[in-house]
Amino acid sequence: MSSPHILTAGSKVSTIMLLVLVALLPAIAAYYFFFGPAILISLTLASATALATEAMMLKLRSYPVKFFLADGSAILTGWLLALSIPPLAPWWLIVVGTAFAIIVAKHLYGGLGNNLFNPAMAGFAVLMISFPAIMTHWPTPLMLAQHPVGLAEALRYYFSGALQGVNLDAVTMATPLDTLKTQLSLQHTVGEVKHMPIYGSFGGKGGEVVAAMYLLGGLFLLQQRIITWHTPVSFLVTLALVAAVFNGINPTHYASPMFHLFTGGAMLGAFFIATDYVTAPTTPKGKLIFGTGVGILEYVIRVFGGYPDGVAFSILIMNAAVPLIDAYTQPRVFGHNT
Amino acid sequence: MRTLQKFHGGVHPPQHKAESNCLPILAAPLPKRVIVPLRQHLGTPAKVHVKIGDHVLKGQMIGIANGYISAAVHAPTSGTVSAIDLHAIPHPSGLPDLCIRIEADGEDRWIEHQAVDYKTADPDTVRAVLRDAGIVGLGGAAFPTYVKLNPGQQGKIRTLVLNGAECEPWITSDDVLMRERAAEIVEGIKIMAHLMQPEKVLIGIEDNKPEAIAAMQAVCRSVNLEQAANFEVVPVPTLYPGGGEKQLIKVLTGKEVPSGQRPLNIGVVCANVATAYTVHRAINHGEPVISRIVTVTGNVQRPQNFEVLIGTPLGEIIQLAGGAAADTSHYLIGGPMMGFDLTNLDAPLTKATNCIIAASPALFPPKPAAMPCIRCGQCAQACPADLQPQELFWFSQSKNFDKACAYNLFDCIECGCCDYVCPSHIPLVSYFRFAKSEIAMQNCEKAAAEQAREHFEFKKQREEREKQEKAARMAEKAAAAAAAKAAATANGEAEDPAIAAKKAAIQAAVERTKAKKAEAAAAASTNTTEPS
Repeated sequence: MSSPHILTAGSKVSTIMLLVLVALLPAIAAYYFFFGPAILISLTLASATALATEAMMLKLRSYPVKFFLADGSAILTGWLLALSIPPLAPWWLIVVGTAFAIIVAKHLYGGLGNNLFNPAMAGFAVLMISFPAIMTHWPTPLMLAQHPVGLAEALRYYFSGALQGVNLDAVTMATPLDTLKTQLSLQHTVGEVKHMPIYGSFGGKGGEVVAAMYLLGGLFLLQQRIITWHTPVSFLVTLALVAAVFNGINPTHYASPMFHLFTGGAMLGAFFIATDYVTAPTTPKGKLIFGTGVGILEYVIRVFGGYPDGVAFSILIMNAAVPLIDAYTQPRVFGHNT
Repeated sequence: MRTLQKFHGGVHPPQHKAESNCLPILAAPLPKRVIVPLRQHLGTPAKVHVKIGDHVLKGQMIGIANGYISAAVHAPTSGTVSAIDLHAIPHPSGLPDLCIRIEADGEDRWIEHQAVDYKTADPDTVRAVLRDAGIVGLGGAAFPTYVKLNPGQQGKIRTLVLNGAECEPWITSDDVLMRERAAEIVEGIKIMAHLMQPEKVLIGIEDNKPEAIAAMQAVCRSVNLEQAANFEVVPVPTLYPGGGEKQLIKVLTGKEVPSGQRPLNIGVVCANVATAYTVHRAINHGEPVISRIVTVTGNVQRPQNFEVLIGTPLGEIIQLAGGAAADTSHYLIGGPMMGFDLTNLDAPLTKATNCIIAASPALFPPKPAAMPCIRCGQCAQACPADLQPQELFWFSQSKNFDKACAYNLFDCIECGCCDYVCPSHIPLVSYFRFAKSEIAMQNCEKAAAEQAREHFEFKKQREEREKQEKAARMAEKAAAAAAAKAAATANGEAEDPAIAAKKAAIQAAVERTKAKKAEAAAAASTNTTEPS
């Protein structure tokens, strides 16, 4: 054997993936608390689909199935997708999205470590484009719900497509970001809209707590040195700065920076998706450029684009630029240009 | 307090120093036989200076320094030369090398030797003594020290750095040497400082060696007081590879040795503390390098440091530490980060061998199977050269060597930090070594092809020239023949001799022009094919 003869104890790909999954738990708990148990069904279906499609693709590509299945990367993809789409939806929605993520976005691009686009976000984009109507039905926060959907009821909806006594519209609604956009187009001001019951102190009621939990999980990943500060900080700071500029110019038409930070997928995207190793730059400068790009695109798509949120598309667009960013941001090597 | 700089990256592997640094240095008993390799240093191997059957004395030169970058080797004990042949040596390649075998006579009788007064002697003389005493860098690379201690054309040496960092885990040979023989190390440093006349002398020791730091500080303090010297012991943070020459210089002076250059280029000379000790023995006692301190540790009964004669079979040295435990799987030479597998226990101790580690599956678990690179960038964060190992891996794996060079593959010092942190357990350094050797081979082939092309061009030129010469000769012949013919006609027949002569002259002129034209054409073609 050649040197070195020792490795960092316990450093494994599967450990990294496991820690990221753990970091998602507070947000999942908050999600469960504010929006009901449907998210658990969604996560379970996503995990099962991810593992099944991963196993199938590994087998087809003649890779050792057990060895790679244990790395945990497939489950993480499933979870990130499940957390990005409405939890109360027909079963096939998450299945189709996850299957696309694993089969096309991951394995057809060469599998773990080789994919250009973030698989979860590619899955999200496919669902958003193919099934836009379902993708806008988000569960009403429990404190506002007339008919809280329990686990049994959610399960029934997942597999039969119907709820008992009510239709889907009664238990779901548009997201706070979506609502703001619609209301603004109806000539309401931000101030008026924010008085609607679905809004909390910064963002959406319940949703802002989930966002705070993503932030907490992200800080845990920073502390564990799983991620570096560059991407999340540049992403969130840029988003806040752009929001502050527009908000400063016209506060009646543009929401505050805090609102933008704590609604939609900003926190999830900043700490868990834009930091995906495989599809993000590896150089510190590259990460800053990447985060800044995602932050700007995120605001532009959110506020001026046709979709209620822009995390997935802004990350996918920046993913395409990663090889270029890395090539142009190589750090100075020791002993060069001294 | 000196403000220290930082180098990028680095790792904190478990140190395992306490196993071997608690006991004092133990002198090893005289071996029955020593095997002295002629290549114990960087550069040309020493030239054999004895014959089989010769009786040699302890300290007698048995191999002469051969060329500029070379060093002498000496008989570690008195005895008879029994063989000069290939023998296993501790080397990563596992290949045998030329060694001189000496059967010890047990008397251990010294050759006549004497000290040199380095203060009055000519510096070149002192350097020659060092070369002939076989002094080489004992930190691992074994670069001939006398070459290093020559400021040459570079002019002023600003800083002399003494490397007592010993950043590799498990190894403690420099640690115990500094604890026990600080005064002698400092004597050696004084000689080095005398040769170099640096503005300052910095002795860098990692702060996990408080005893060594204290011992060195105590000696330096009194030397500074007595002799108005300014030797400064600088504790440096324990961070692997802080003992790397370029890293230590950066930490102590804030300066980076430019890529592809030597410390001398920035007015710094760096030497190991153990080397300073041998410099002292050579100059102040006339003793060449015939022994060294070696750490025997790991899966042995009594880990300890031993002072052992060069040439002692490594298997015997392991026995000094009580032998290896039953579950020992293999042995490492050097530390676990940059050391290599010992393939043959008969291989002898060399000047560069600072540590022998008995490895067991418990101490050194086998590496798990490699996963694909997930571009986590931990390797880039750990790299002390600030390289991007994940990119270099990609280029090395795909044999995209131009790209690997463009990403500064050759600035890799093979410290192993990237491997150490890789969560995918990719043997990155092995990939980089592979790429480096492939590139070196390609460059050799390129040079050979270039030479072959030049040969071909010269051959073509020569053939062309010969053709022209032949044409010129033919033209002359024809002219002469025509002239003779004309003369004959004039004599024999009634042709006007004037006309005949004219004809011959015209014929000769035509031939000359033809020859000239051919020459010009040949010259033109030669010009275009001249090697660039």
